[in-house]
Amino acid sequence: MSENVAAPGSIPIQTALSLLIAGALFGLGLTISGMTNPAKVIGFLDFFGNWDPSLLLVMAAGLGVSIPGFQFTTKSERPLFETRFYLPTRTDIDAKLLLGAMLFGMGWGLAGFCPGPAITSLISLDGNVFLFVLAMFAGMTIHHTAFE
Amino acid sequence: MENFTPVSAVLGGLLIGVAASLTLWTTGRIAGISGIVAGALFPKRADVAWRLLFLGGMLTGGLVYLLFNQGSMDIQIQSSPLTTIVAGLLVGFGTRLGSGCTSGHGICGIARFSKRSFLATSVFILSGVLTVFVTSHV
Repeated sequence: MSENVAAPGSIPIQTALSLLIAGALFGLGLTISGMTNPAKVIGFLDFFGNWDPSLLLVMAAGLGVSIPGFQFTTKSERPLFETRFYLPTRTDIDAKLLLGAMLFGMGWGLAGFCPGPAITSLISLDGNVFLFVLAMFAGMTIHHTAFE
Repeated sequence: MENFTPVSAVLGGLLIGVAASLTLWTTGRIAGISGIVAGALFPKRADVAWRLLFLGGMLTGGLVYLLFNQGSMDIQIQSSPLTTIVAGLLVGFGTRLGSGCTSGHGICGIARFSKRSFLATSVFILSGVLTVFVTSHV
C-alpha cells in the first residue's frame, strides 16, 4: 500500500507535547528578542546607519545554547522519542545555496521579516503580516512548481 | 545605538537556542521554519502533523507574549504593501532555493558545524545589509 502523503502521520503524545512546547519557546524567544518587529530587524541590518546590535546578541545567545545542545545531542544514537534523527546530509556548496541565500537576504532587508518571526506575528492579526506570509507561501509555491 | 536592547535580546536568544535544542533532542528534527512550512504546504511524506504542531506552538508562544504584554506586540512594518509582497516572494523562494533561513541555517545548521549553513548565513546577512544600505542610504 502506498503512503498517503496528505495524511498527517501519527504522532506519540510525548512527541506532540515536545513539539508544542519547543514551538512555543521558539515563538516566545522571537517576540521577546524583538525579531518580530521588522523595524528592529532593519535597524540591525543597517550597518551604515543607526546600527542596533541587539539581533547579534540574539544570534550569539541562541548559538551559545544550540551549539552545545546540538553537539551533545547528535552524539547519542537516537532522539528521546523517535527512532532516528532527521538531519540534512548535503555538504556540497552549489549555486542554488548561494543564490537562494542572496534572494532571501534581499527580501529580509526589504520588509524586515524572516519566516519564523512572520509566522509567530500572525497571532497579532496584523493585516500586513498576513500579506507578507501569503506572499512567502506564494514564493515557496513558485519554487515548488519550478524545481520540484 | 539608542535602540540597543541587550537584556531582551539575550533572553530571547537563549529561548530560541533551548527550543531548537529541545526539538532535536526529543524528536530528532531540525527547527528550521522555512523547511517546516514548505513541508506542510507540499508534503513529500506523511509527516505534516509534527510540522503543524510546531507551527501551532509558535503561534502559542506569540499568544503567551501577548497575554503578558497587555495584548500588544511591537510590529512596525515600514515597507509599502507592494514592497512587502515582493519581500515575501523573495523570502519564500529564496529560503527554498537556499534550503533554509535564519533558524535552519543560522541557529541549527551552524550548531551542527555545517559548512553550507555557515556560508548561507554569511550570504543572507550580507545580502540583507546591502539591501538596507541601498534602500536607506542610496
